Amino acid sequence: MNETATAVIDDGRGGSTPPLAVSGISSAADWITLLKPRVLTLVVFTGWIGLLMAPGTLHPVLGFTAVLAITVAAGAAGAINMWYDRDIDAIMSRTARRPIPGGRIEAGEALGFGITLAVGSVMLMALATNIFAAFVLALSIGFYVFIYTMWLKRRTPQNIVIGGAAGAFPPVIGWAAVTGGIDVMPVLLFLIVFFWTPPHFWALSLYAHADYKRAGVPMLPVVRGAKHTRRNVMVYTVLLVPLTLAPWAMGLTGPVYGISALALGLGFIWHSWRVLTDRQNAAGVSQTKDAPARAAFRYSIAYLFVLFAALAVDHFVH
Amino acid sequence: MVDHAALKLEDAALKKRRRGRNWAMLGVLAAISLLFYAIAMVKMGAILKGGTP
Repeated sequence: MNETATAVIDDGRGGSTPPLAVSGISSAADWITLLKPRVLTLVVFTGWIGLLMAPGTLHPVLGFTAVLAITVAAGAAGAINMWYDRDIDAIMSRTARRPIPGGRIEAGEALGFGITLAVGSVMLMALATNIFAAFVLALSIGFYVFIYTMWLKRRTPQNIVIGGAAGAFPPVIGWAAVTGGIDVMPVLLFLIVFFWTPPHFWALSLYAHADYKRAGVPMLPVVRGAKHTRRNVMVYTVLLVPLTLAPWAMGLTGPVYGISALALGLGFIWHSWRVLTDRQNAAGVSQTKDAPARAAFRYSIAYLFVLFAALAVDHFVH
Repeated sequence: MVDHAALKLEDAALKKRRRGRNWAMLGVLAAISLLFYAIAMVKMGAILKGGTP
């Protein structure tokens, strides 16, 4: 086997996995890439906020370990996702250079790596905090791998709506790590991330739909068209904003968070409105190279970071 | 015809990558040991104080 090997492997799912990996050429960075480090930053942050917001205290070492376990678990789910999606990753230009389609890590190695980290992270959480938090952590990994990756992603344009739940678990797990249970606040944090996910990903899919189409992933713009997707971005943003105000309305947070959530929400609605009213043809395809969708995608990332940061600030001053 | 110079370069690059992976593995193992030591100390400290860890 050599580096130029380009044999196509039938993976039994109607896809293919080019090229064959070359044993031993992976670097440490390739293994880190398997964990989807960019996604992890959001997971770490929202998990930490869940931990911070929870009533009660947790020793800093155990708190650090809980956030580490959440991070490793999310990375493990990402590695298993890359193993399963190696056929479509090879087709999409955005993911073609990932370690498995790039031939630097063998698929089986990535799967083993992911499973080891998944089991290790759940055990670490149980050891450092409590069984309930470990259970929710295991549930989140299972949801991402089995419900989103293996079941929904290739079958329905609602894949990220339901699958978005997987990314909404970290604040709940952080809360559970401290309290050993779940309350109204972590459920609200879960719902905020859950309703944030569709407009975030649909903004991306508006300008990356060619990639998804080529790979046969039924993202909303591929199946229902850009016009329908634009409307859905708007609808979900309008649903999201009142939800973000609920913690303030219910007296669970103070005005620092409430005013921040309102201002950030109005900004998100403005971006979604620009996506909806972007100069487009009859099918809803952008005539501006999807500039509003790109801006909305960037804003959505900053939005969630700042919203959760406002929660933290409010927690200290409330 | 085999290009020995190119093979040597490729071999050196592979060795460098392997060395990087080994050092990373060492770092991870050291960090895990330290973490488990710290968790054990915190848990034992809490038990000795009569509380729950």
